[in-house]
Amino acid sequence: MTVLEFSLLVCVSSLIAGLVGALTGLGGGVVLVPLLSLFFKVDIRYAIGASLVSVIATSSGAAAAYVREGFSNIRIGMFLEIATTVGALLGASLATHVSTHAIAIVFGVVLMFSAFFARKPRTPAQRGLPPDPLATRLHLNGCFPDVEGVRTYNVQHVPVGWGLMFGAGALSGLLGIGSGAMKVLAMDQAMKIPFKVSTTTSNFMIGVTAAASAGIYLHRGYIDPGLAMPVMLGVLAGSLIGARILIKANTKWLRLGFSLVIVLLAAEMLYNGLSGRI
Amino acid sequence: MPSDRNLADQKRTDRSPTDQSPTDQSPTDQSKLDQGKSDQGQPDPKWTDQRIETLLANLLRAGVLFSALIVLIGGAIYLLRHGRAPVDFRVFRGEPADLRSIHGVIRDVSAMHSRGTIQLGLLLLIATPVARVAFSIFGFAAERDRMYVVFTLTVFCVLLYSLLGSA
Repeated sequence: MTVLEFSLLVCVSSLIAGLVGALTGLGGGVVLVPLLSLFFKVDIRYAIGASLVSVIATSSGAAAAYVREGFSNIRIGMFLEIATTVGALLGASLATHVSTHAIAIVFGVVLMFSAFFARKPRTPAQRGLPPDPLATRLHLNGCFPDVEGVRTYNVQHVPVGWGLMFGAGALSGLLGIGSGAMKVLAMDQAMKIPFKVSTTTSNFMIGVTAAASAGIYLHRGYIDPGLAMPVMLGVLAGSLIGARILIKANTKWLRLGFSLVIVLLAAEMLYNGLSGRI
Repeated sequence: MPSDRNLADQKRTDRSPTDQSPTDQSPTDQSKLDQGKSDQGQPDPKWTDQRIETLLANLLRAGVLFSALIVLIGGAIYLLRHGRAPVDFRVFRGEPADLRSIHGVIRDVSAMHSRGTIQLGLLLLIATPVARVAFSIFGFAAERDRMYVVFTLTVFCVLLYSLLGSA
């Protein structure tokens, strides 16, 4: 395969990865890493470097639309980023002391269960929750443009959510990928934030988490311009299309799609953990 | 776009009644308002969450489109020069030293190297979320929201530490 053919094929695949990443709040890496390493036979380290670039491109590309339209809650994002960035630092420093295979396997199993719970939409009774005093003090409650009009929401279980975010950060520091999934699950399942707000706020946050580790990957020589170029351009186009779709999409389908991608990610984690690639 | 403006306005007006309707919430809001008046002065009325959100969205869009443009220019030169060469990413060699550091990349760009130009675009892309956090500090400060200035500053410091500490 010549460089031109390779670049075009990777660009088209990245477009799909960016679309999926923007719709699920996971970033493009979930699709991109197995695709590049298994289908295009790219070394896993180059694939991880390109995936990091794709996460930042998806995040910033789609976030512009999500923030402007009022989906992403920037206060929830900023408040939880403290947990994810500090967690990521801790995770990265622990990476040499703990067995990452075992963590990847446990994470894979947890994701399998999470996919089961995340697929069901909440009933109206589960939505109208009273405000939580801590969430009110932190100004986390908000509203977003739902399909049938503006809907307000009250954030629940702030300490649990914060703790899970810390775990999400630590995992991303330890394993390199997979933090978006934990972010969406913590906001959706623990903090009871509406699904579209959870995915778009996760999308808003993952760029910062990825940027924090970009220095390490650049320094190690994982980021190859020849590979990252088609990845970035494709992912960016995909994320801009994905952002337009999410705004109009029915949450039921978004949840279903998210759960399927989570199952894929869980399989990826189990495979990487069992085969010792992580 | 007028429709965005309407929605954003609606969002703003919607937020205040919800915040105040439950009985246990109004004292918190009121005390916060009082506190704002007494020891911090009135927040600049031009600075609202909505304005910060609009500026953040524009900053992200500008950052990502500008870096994409640089990557596109570098990519076009790269494909013109090396498009017919066989591709090989099967074996990890690691990038040459000039593509691993900011100084090296800048030197490459001034020498019109295509791969260095792409790498510059990628560096700008990485800088976009960092700039977004830095801008949020000023936004919350203009809103006189001390709590969120501290939150954002914390994130910014951790981010800088991990970026500079590693490179």
